[in-house]
Amino acid sequence: MSADKKILLSVKDLKVQFSIKPQGALPWTKPLALKAVDGVSFDLYEGETLGIVGESGCGKSTLARAIIRMIPSSAGQVLWMGNEDLLTMSKSELQEKRKDIQMIFQDPLASLNPRMTIGQIIAEPLKTHYPETSKEDVVDRVKAVMKKVGLLTNQINRYPHEFSGGQCQRIGIARALILEPKLIICDEPVSALDVSIQAQVINLLVDLQKEMGLSLVFIAHDLSVVRHISTRIMVLYLGNVAEVSVANDLYDNPRHPYTQALISAVPIPDPVKERAKKVILLEGDMPSPINPPSGCVFRTRCPLADDLCAIEKPTLKSNEGGHWVSCHHAK
Amino acid sequence: MLVDNKKVQELADNMAAEELTGRSLLQDARHRFFKNKMAVVSLMILVSIIIFAFVGPYFAKWSYEEIDWATMGNVAEMGRPSIESGHFFGTDDLGRDLYSRVIQGTQISLTVGFVGSLIAVFVGTLYGATAGYLGGTVDNIMMRTVDILMAIPYMFFLILLLVMFGRSISLIFVGIGLISWLDMSRIVRGQTLSLKNKEFIEAAVASGVAPFNIIRRHIVPNVMGIVVVYATLLVPGMIMTESFISFLGLGVQEPQTSWGALISSGAGRLQYGTYWQLFFPLFFFIATLLSFFFIGDGLRDALDPKDR
Repeated sequence: MSADKKILLSVKDLKVQFSIKPQGALPWTKPLALKAVDGVSFDLYEGETLGIVGESGCGKSTLARAIIRMIPSSAGQVLWMGNEDLLTMSKSELQEKRKDIQMIFQDPLASLNPRMTIGQIIAEPLKTHYPETSKEDVVDRVKAVMKKVGLLTNQINRYPHEFSGGQCQRIGIARALILEPKLIICDEPVSALDVSIQAQVINLLVDLQKEMGLSLVFIAHDLSVVRHISTRIMVLYLGNVAEVSVANDLYDNPRHPYTQALISAVPIPDPVKERAKKVILLEGDMPSPINPPSGCVFRTRCPLADDLCAIEKPTLKSNEGGHWVSCHHAK
Repeated sequence: MLVDNKKVQELADNMAAEELTGRSLLQDARHRFFKNKMAVVSLMILVSIIIFAFVGPYFAKWSYEEIDWATMGNVAEMGRPSIESGHFFGTDDLGRDLYSRVIQGTQISLTVGFVGSLIAVFVGTLYGATAGYLGGTVDNIMMRTVDILMAIPYMFFLILLLVMFGRSISLIFVGIGLISWLDMSRIVRGQTLSLKNKEFIEAAVASGVAPFNIIRRHIVPNVMGIVVVYATLLVPGMIMTESFISFLGLGVQEPQTSWGALISSGAGRLQYGTYWQLFFPLFFFIATLLSFFFIGDGLRDALDPKDR
């Protein structure tokens, strides 16, 4: 984390709550609050990739959607370029900012409208933000961006169902790139693809990032994928940040017991080492976000938990190396 | 060398330069529809009935309101269907040419059917898609309004209208227009609710597309399959409604007529041996209704291959 880099996006204490009514409740019953994201803070620097990992239901996707205001947040700030709060700005200001923030989705085919040709799909953000662009310009720019992501430009009039999963994801990336944004939020962009295609798509993202100076927020649950692409990694557990650090540091030297368990579960492609490796098994399941444990949210499954963990919620603290962790017992 | 490398390279370049046209889902559906023989035959029957309704009058020797005095009093003998007398389908009880009257009835009944389902398609689709997409309070208000309108016994309402304002075909259009879109809007809303959380809608929201454009560009084209199927099944329903009202003696005004009115009077005279007065209108009525049902069936199979 060098100080000369500019902060692009700064999320401060972001909270997202969903109110859920129990089944068969009376209309005046107070709805339960599901804390999907509970006070997440991080900074994203220009040109870097922040990987977000965590198990299913820990709030990764909710966090991504809350940042671009697709779902309402209940508290916190999302500062864009250090000053403007995306969460409180007006609709028209937000519309301006949407040009700079685009998103890539998990299921490549489902994220493309089956009734539109891919030319129309890729051109949609352009036509939305610059409706005055002439037809020839639109076609030219669509073709340019298709070339950039490795699609043949003569396929511009084809429909999504005529493409493979990897190609569909390239179309999704092309749609995100056409406005030349500063930030792309990738919501598990490769988890629906097979391994060889995953590598292609990730390397494409890395190349584009270098070429265009993009910042990426990369959500995934495949730890080796995240390590490959990320500059820094954030580990989420039950809507809380467990640990944030530079990618290699986090892998080689995890400080939070949850991260330690996660990383010990990554298979090593060497049978001798794999057999000798000690996997830390966590007991039980993730608690319900409707009724999270008091104090540290991880204490119900933590091997190091003691009385302090039940009383006081740990705050995110950094060591000298900029390795942030929220645990009372972290070394 | 067996293959000329230069030629192959040229061919590859040419192919890359050529813009491929994809096959849309609609084209796929059309292909599947035309493989369904029953649906294609029904479509041909329906088209010939429509052509007959517009070309038929040029072959008629009598207009639909003219009375052939020669048949008066002896319709069972003189009013038989025959080529010489010019009454191809015979005459009705008053000696009016049934051929012209069936054509007139076909025109009215088909118009009622098509207008009714067109209103349903336009109003119902937009209303349902808007309610479903916006959700929340707007959805609640819009759909409860539909519920209230549905709670009105519409046949009773229509009859009351006709009694109060007199019999007229335009009033039937108004009445049918008021009720036909209610079911459609519910169906479209349901479909919209399931579409709304698809990722391509999220993608559109994320890139800042306005709600109205999302409804127009992403939701409506994707519910169109079901809308079209339902609309084809709605047409016979509309025709039946009109026929039922005409059968009751309300509906279109004499000397104009419709299938329902013709079938009603034909059925009433059956004991006098003038079977053709029932047969011809009934034949067209049944042929049209069955065609619509088979076309609707074929469309459903074609547009929704997974649900077969």
